[in-house]
Amino acid sequence: MSSQILQLFLGLLAVPAMAFAIILPGELAIRRFSQKRQSSLRPWIWLSPVLALVGLVIAYPLVASIVLSFRDASGSNWVGFRNFVWAFGTAMRPVLFNNVLWIVVFPLLTAMLALSAAIMLDRVKYERIARTFLILPTAMSFVAGAVIWKMMYTYAPPLQPQTGTLNAIWTAVTGKMPIAWLIDRSINNYALIFVAVWMSIGVSTLILSAGVKNIPRELVEAAKIDGAGEWAVFRFVTLPSLWPTILVVLTTQAIFSLKVFDIVYVMTNGSFGTDVIANKMYSELFVRQNLGTASAIAVLLLILASPVIFMNIKQIRSEGGE
Amino acid sequence: MMMSAIESRRAMPVAAPSTSRLGGRLKRIALHGAVLLLCVVWFTPVLSLFVTTFRSESDSSLTGWWHAFVEWRPVLSNYVEAIYLAGVGRSVVNSIVLTIPTVLGTVLFSAIGAFALARMRFRGRIAVFLAMVGFQVLPPQLVLVPMLKFFLALGLTGTFIPVWIIEMGLTVPFGIFLLYGFFASIPSDLVEAARIDGASEPRIFFQIILPLSGAVLASLAILQFMIAWNHLLIPLIFLGSGSLSPLTVQVASLAQTNAGGLNTLTAATFISVVVPLVLIVSLQKYFVRGVLGGAVKG
Repeated sequence: MSSQILQLFLGLLAVPAMAFAIILPGELAIRRFSQKRQSSLRPWIWLSPVLALVGLVIAYPLVASIVLSFRDASGSNWVGFRNFVWAFGTAMRPVLFNNVLWIVVFPLLTAMLALSAAIMLDRVKYERIARTFLILPTAMSFVAGAVIWKMMYTYAPPLQPQTGTLNAIWTAVTGKMPIAWLIDRSINNYALIFVAVWMSIGVSTLILSAGVKNIPRELVEAAKIDGAGEWAVFRFVTLPSLWPTILVVLTTQAIFSLKVFDIVYVMTNGSFGTDVIANKMYSELFVRQNLGTASAIAVLLLILASPVIFMNIKQIRSEGGE
Repeated sequence: MMMSAIESRRAMPVAAPSTSRLGGRLKRIALHGAVLLLCVVWFTPVLSLFVTTFRSESDSSLTGWWHAFVEWRPVLSNYVEAIYLAGVGRSVVNSIVLTIPTVLGTVLFSAIGAFALARMRFRGRIAVFLAMVGFQVLPPQLVLVPMLKFFLALGLTGTFIPVWIIEMGLTVPFGIFLLYGFFASIPSDLVEAARIDGASEPRIFFQIILPLSGAVLASLAILQFMIAWNHLLIPLIFLGSGSLSPLTVQVASLAQTNAGGLNTLTAATFISVVVPLVLIVSLQKYFVRGVLGGAVKG
């Protein structure tokens, strides 16, 4: 325990020291230079801590992962495209299929529910309180969410008392057999996806709520005066004005579906046909200790994420070149 | 101006004038019903966790958590077991040791980077900024293998150092993006006046920029607190599930092994969520600002 406390103090001292290790001496060093030299050197002195950090944690691993994805399990010999052939082979196919399901279902379901929530909350006086209920799951870890929903989905054989909330409601209301939510292959992936939806609605609703409040009221009023009903207002005013915001929500959640790990790891650990790319990568890395295939999976994730990366960059550039 | 637009909108009747009064009323009831249903569905799982932490193992094996409302027999043994036997007490300390330096570092590095990008003019500024935008959405899995090799070579795995550095590195691009807009909006007159008075650049950073940015720095801090406190993958790989495991790793391993039973697990889980829950309810304003600052505006 004392070693942890020691590390905490070390961190509290070392982290700020790292941040200013170059800036403060650098500022002193350039003092003697001319104004012009100072102002051309200064930005790079100030950027150096960030460039060092991001270079180490992001840029270097980016390049190294690509290199390692062409090398063998221990990273010592070139193997060409073998790891990628494996990544698209029969072992990985059901896993990739599951991620496709996540990428399609999760963002759409989240965006649709969050949009309905944003529009409804905008019309009630107790918006803040209702919003707090939706945000609560967002504050928790996915691990905690997974534990909670493992309980919600608890299955007991028929005729035994159903202690899981969903099966208790299901058997009481329909009188049918209880459902093995996490084992039944026709439903378990959706059960996992819903946990992610439950945890992500809060942030998506916040973002869409801000969008809803930005829609000019005159636009809505004008449409209503022209005789537009609720649906027409939604279809021709709300939806088009919110579209850029909806796109932000959809792309953010699509990226999340690529890297989803915690929920699957805790709830099923990939069994019963629920495995996903990130979980597979973890097992390649730690169970099979294969750096090559693990890196190939990482590169695959990068390739899948790259359209969103470039879209975001393009979007920021078009907003004024900054 | 913004506020008054929202205020005036609130005052307007929601139902369109053309609909009949009865129809409007039914619509209002349906609206309140739907919002209420949403809140109940979203809150019930949290409530079920909280209630189960106070139920005994034997009660839980026979009846669902809602029976606690029929027959309330609370026990504290789950918390005692979680803290003393299931290693959760130790994990609370580990989570704190993991999170606090990470948050401090993220705010400092982001502020320094955003200061350089927003307040200085130089060639390559836009390229650096766009790289930060791109790095924000990079899957963290990409950094695992090279970082593991790197920190193994340095002999630093099994300490908190790799986790601090990686968590900081993954969030700093977002942090710079979040702070950039605010730093750029600080009036130049303020900075120029200080410069004429002979203030050095570090002085301007510490005495003008940072004090003016309290709210946005708080937003970044609270977001990074939630991210670092709640992450599983990075600490799982670099700290393992031994004596250094933070709450997420400890709870995940309890959940996977079923060691200690369901009720101890629920108590452990509740302990792991209580700090972020309190933070998000009490500091909601900063959380919302951070989320919106990162998502809507460039």
